[in-house]
Amino acid sequence: MSTSYVKTQHITFSEEKDALTLKCGSRLLPFTVAYETYGQLNADKSNAVLILHAFTGDAHAAGLHEGESKPGWWDDMIGPGKAFDTNKYFMISSNVLGSCKGTTGPGSIDPKTGKPYGLSFPVITIHDMVAVQKRLLDHLGIKKLLSVAGGSMGGMQAVAWAVLYPQMLHSAIVIAACHRHTAQQIAFHEVGRQAIAADPDWQNGDYYGKSIAKRGLAVARMVGHITYMSWTSMEQKFGRKLVGKEALGYDFSKDFEVEGYLQYRGQSFVDRFDANSYLYLTKAMDYFDITEGTKKLSDAFAQVKADLLVISFTSDWLYPSAQSKEMVRALKANDVEVSYVELKSDYGHDAFLVECTEQSRVVMNYLSKVFVERVGS
Amino acid sequence: MIRLDYEIIANLIAPDSRVLDLGCGDGALLALLKQKKHCHATGIEINDQEVMNALGRGVSVAQGDIDSDLDVYSDGRFDYVVLNESLQQVLNIEKVLKEALRVGKKVIVGIPNFCNFGGRMQIFFHGRVPVTKSLPYKWYNTPNLRFLSIKDFEQFCSDKNICIEKRRYMALGKEVFLLPNLLADSAILVLSQKH
Repeated sequence: MSTSYVKTQHITFSEEKDALTLKCGSRLLPFTVAYETYGQLNADKSNAVLILHAFTGDAHAAGLHEGESKPGWWDDMIGPGKAFDTNKYFMISSNVLGSCKGTTGPGSIDPKTGKPYGLSFPVITIHDMVAVQKRLLDHLGIKKLLSVAGGSMGGMQAVAWAVLYPQMLHSAIVIAACHRHTAQQIAFHEVGRQAIAADPDWQNGDYYGKSIAKRGLAVARMVGHITYMSWTSMEQKFGRKLVGKEALGYDFSKDFEVEGYLQYRGQSFVDRFDANSYLYLTKAMDYFDITEGTKKLSDAFAQVKADLLVISFTSDWLYPSAQSKEMVRALKANDVEVSYVELKSDYGHDAFLVECTEQSRVVMNYLSKVFVERVGS
Repeated sequence: MIRLDYEIIANLIAPDSRVLDLGCGDGALLALLKQKKHCHATGIEINDQEVMNALGRGVSVAQGDIDSDLDVYSDGRFDYVVLNESLQQVLNIEKVLKEALRVGKKVIVGIPNFCNFGGRMQIFFHGRVPVTKSLPYKWYNTPNLRFLSIKDFEQFCSDKNICIEKRRYMALGKEVFLLPNLLADSAILVLSQKH
C-alpha cells in the first residue's frame, strides 16, 4: 500500500494526426489507452518514467484501487521511498495495445461494424505498442523521459523504445527480457495458441457475448506458468506433495499439488483475460526481433543514445541471462553506457515480479545516477 | 582517507579520460575517477554483490568476465584500462593483457609483490608460504591464480614487448622508492604496447 487510491484513466485518440500505421501495414484509428500515473511531474518535466508491463499485466502497476485489497502488479517497486520513488519521479503506466485491460484490443468494439473486432483486429507488434505509448506521452506533454522500465514483454518494449525513439529517453531499464524471440520462446507460445484454437468455444475468435474459450485459455496459461517458474522453485513449492488425498489415486483425478496449482491458475486466469488478446500479444512477442533488417545486433543498437541497465536472473530459463549478455555486448560495441547485473534467484522468470529486494536496490541506485548525470540533481 | 593505490592511479590518469576498470570490485576507484578527474569511467566485475555495490556508488558497471569480455571493444577505445589487484586472478594473463593493450592506449596494472622482504623471511625462516598484508590469503582460500614478484612482471613485459612507462611502489600504505622488489608489497605500473 504505497499510495492513496489510484484510478485508471482513459484517453481516446480519434483525430487523423493520431492515426497509427501499424507494422503489418494496417491503419488504426480511433484507439483508446488506459493509463495510471503516480507522483508529480516536476516543473521542467524531467522526472517522468514510463513503466512497461509484461504479457498479462495492465496499467495498474502500483497503489490500490478504491474498494480493492490487492495492490498493483509492481507495487513492491513503485511508491514513496521505493525503487521508483514517487516522491522523486513521475511514474506513468499504460496498458499495451492488443490487451484487454482498457486499451484497444481484439475485444474492443470496431467502430465500423459496431461489434467486437475479434480476429479482424490487425496483428500488432511490440513496435506498435511503443508507438501508442509515444502518443500517450505526447498527450501528457512529455518530450523526454528520464527512463522507461519493464520486465519480460515490458523489457522488450524498453529495448524497442531505446531503438525507435533514441532522442526521447535518458535511460532504459530492461529486465528479464530479450532483443528477439527465439525458437523455444516461440514454441511455448504456439502451444498456448493451439490450445485456444482447439477449444470449440473459441469459434475462430468470434465468441464475444456467446461463449468463453475457457478450456483452451486455461491450458495456454498452465503452459505459460510452467515457463515462468524454475526447476528449483517448483521442487520447493510442490515437490511431489499430494493434493486432497492421502495416497496416490490410481485414476486421472488430481493427485499432485502442482496439478491443482496449475489448474487453479488456468481457471482463475480465464476470468481476467481474453483469449484473443492472448493470441495477439503472444504473436507480438514472437514477431519481436530488434535486429530485423540489420546484419547484426550491434547494428540495430547503432542509434541508441540512452544509458541502459540490463538485469537478468540466474534461474530464468525462459529469458536466459545469455540473451541479456548478448544485448550488453552489442550495446558496449556501440559505446552505449550500460550496466548489467545477473541477480541470484530461484524464482525463474517470475523473479522480476517477486524477488524485489536486490532488484529494488539496483534500480533505485541506477535511477539516481541517471537523474544526477542527465538531468542534474 | 583514499586508499594509496587509488590515489596513485588517479594521479596517473589525465582528467576527462575514458577509463575501463577491469575487476572494479565495489567501484570505489571508478567513483573517485568520476568525481575527481571527471573521467568517463566504466567497469567490469564478476561478483554480483560487488556489481550492486558499485552501482550504489553511481558508476556504470557490467557484470562479466574479463577473461572473455574485452573483444567487443574497438582498438584504442579507452585512454586507460586499469587492472588493479585483478591480473593475478585472471586465467589467461597474456590474452587479457594483450586485449587490454589493444582497447586501451595505456594500461595501468597494480600487482602484489610476492617476493618482498616479509615474504622471503616467511619462506626462509618458517618454511611457510607467505601470508602478508598485501597477500592476506592462505594457500587454500586464495583467489589468486598467480604468484609473482615485481621482477617477474618486469621480465614478462620485456619478453612480450610491452613498454613500462611509469613505476610506483608501495609498502604498508606508503610509497617506496628504493629496492622495490625487496621492500615493496605492491607495484603500480603504466604499460603501453611497443610499436
